[in-house]
Amino acid sequence: MSRTLQAPVTVAFDYTRSTGPVLGRFFTGLRDATVVGGRLSDGRVAVPPPEYDPISHQAVTEFVELPDTGTVTSWTWVSEPVAGQPFDRPFAYALITIDGADVPWLHAVDVSSSEEIETGMKVRVKWAEERTGAVTDLTFVPDSVGLDTPPPSGSSGSTSDPVSRIVTPVSLDYQYAASPEESSFFRGLAEGRILGQRCPKCQKVYVPPRGACPTDGVPTAEEIELSHVGTVTTFCVVNVPFLGQKIKPPYVSAYVLLDGADIALQHLILDIPADEVRMGMRVKAVWKPRDEWVTSIENISHFAPTDEPDADFDSYKHHL
Amino acid sequence: MRDVAVVGFAQRQMKDFDGSPSMAELLVPILAECYDQTGWSKKDIGFWCSGSSDYLAGRSFSFVSAIDAIGVLPPVNESHVEMDAAWALYEAWIKIQTGEVDTALVFGFGKASAGVLRRTLSMQLDPYTMTPLWPDTVSLAALQARLGLDAGLWDEAALAEVVNRSLTDAEKNEYAVRAGGSSVSELLARPMFADPLRKHDCAPVTDGAAAIVLAAGDRARDVRERPAWISGIAHSSDGLHLGTRDLTVSGSAERAAAAAGGTAGVQVAELHAPFSHQELVLRSALGLVGDVQVSPSGGALAANPMFSAGAVRIGEAAKRIWDGSADKVLGHATSGPALQQNLVCVMEAAENGRAK
Repeated sequence: MSRTLQAPVTVAFDYTRSTGPVLGRFFTGLRDATVVGGRLSDGRVAVPPPEYDPISHQAVTEFVELPDTGTVTSWTWVSEPVAGQPFDRPFAYALITIDGADVPWLHAVDVSSSEEIETGMKVRVKWAEERTGAVTDLTFVPDSVGLDTPPPSGSSGSTSDPVSRIVTPVSLDYQYAASPEESSFFRGLAEGRILGQRCPKCQKVYVPPRGACPTDGVPTAEEIELSHVGTVTTFCVVNVPFLGQKIKPPYVSAYVLLDGADIALQHLILDIPADEVRMGMRVKAVWKPRDEWVTSIENISHFAPTDEPDADFDSYKHHL
Repeated sequence: MRDVAVVGFAQRQMKDFDGSPSMAELLVPILAECYDQTGWSKKDIGFWCSGSSDYLAGRSFSFVSAIDAIGVLPPVNESHVEMDAAWALYEAWIKIQTGEVDTALVFGFGKASAGVLRRTLSMQLDPYTMTPLWPDTVSLAALQARLGLDAGLWDEAALAEVVNRSLTDAEKNEYAVRAGGSSVSELLARPMFADPLRKHDCAPVTDGAAAIVLAAGDRARDVRERPAWISGIAHSSDGLHLGTRDLTVSGSAERAAAAAGGTAGVQVAELHAPFSHQELVLRSALGLVGDVQVSPSGGALAANPMFSAGAVRIGEAAKRIWDGSADKVLGHATSGPALQQNLVCVMEAAENGRAK
């Protein structure tokens, strides 16, 4: 058995970004099949235009429309592409100096082997048929390659609004591992047990157990099996709907101090109207059917009232 | 200015770490080593500062769970940078200069193996014009390497010489992830990975953590016979856009070295060069000429733990002062694509204006 539990995790979000006047002008150009550069304080023309001049630090305000041809200034071969790159087969990234510009632009060149690209080679833009005003609206091909379709007819989209926002999706994949202490907790849940660990220095019982006690900076060690019954120390009523919500609001998310633990566990309180949940209320874990158990806190569906008398405030006030 | 020295250093560098990206369980023994070296407990630490990245860990506020390893109750004086721990060290050095504290413990950690590192690092690029193309760090370094090849500033044999020397030196480093020199001709016979770079030209994906202890004046003298006094420390950055800077030179490294008081008399320089040609760029920018010993630990080509590799360079350099084998050393850290940001820390056996 592996020392720790592991699972794949994808973290993804589509960022919407406002473009401002400089990048907005650049992206509007790309949408309309035109390469737009910016003139720097030393007279050089840069593609993409930077928002601020790298030398004078003044805003870039002068734009230049450029042809869609250029020269490879440097290149590399991507032998093992990763997700999100312009091609899912080997291709070249290159620094390309657009004709009439002085500063190279990083982009992708569609060639089938590293033999087909070299420094000084002429390349031209291959525009995407559907363009949104983003740097992904194009790739480059060798100038010698005939294009299947004629290039779009320049600034035909000038009647459209300028591009003021772009969406830049981010998606990152991880193999996520629990710590050895967390792994023990999750393996316990798969057996219907709630496991905590005791800090060897301060003797506090943590659930879930931790890689280090935040008071003493040492790993929790001695395993403690905890009661499935505990006390609500504090709670909140969720009234706000959000993406991915599984329960209809209003409902209660609470800290439950399991009998024998020194740290409360966060979980749901159901089987009782939200406005009747209170501090000190005694609750018990309600488990899903055994055949649905995995290594997850979701094996406990929620906590429900035990109908015992409420706990005295003094019994949990040190755990708030 | 107060006299501040590096007096403690512990590290781990490994191929992959079978545990949580919070890395608390890796930091606990490293911090214990720092206490062993100094004879201190956590009560002796005036300020804590860490370097790490949420993008590497794949979750937000990832440093919060890692600081459990410090023992943060009752609350401690603590800060964090989303940079290599070398920049956390810079912050801690300033904190000591303010006179508010006399000691600091700086640490960095990162589990690069949790994702696809060269892809994850695309998140540090311009999010409008670069990240949407997902140019990976290896490709960007390869574009930089070819610019120098085409300009005749270096050739492939020069890159292989850097690799061969690094991996030979790494044989003596117990933390090296990759070690074992061969020969320039054997290295040049290996296949291209990101033309013109071969895999050995690129730092290995490395998980790891490091911790460094700083102390001022008498607190430093209490710990070490020869503390590594920081005689100059500075950092600088080049622009975000790769196109608008000359990638074959490093203006920011040159400015940082000048601001740190220059490199004259440096005997050992630990450089954070994750790609072979970047060592050549840095040697030139930092003015390292003659018989300066470069990265005797094996450097980043032997192991490159994200967010602690720069701090490791400072720690490795400081050790050469402690053991008496050098009187003036340099630790360097880099961050960002193609050497965008650079930090230089010069350390000496002698305190400011006093005899050795």
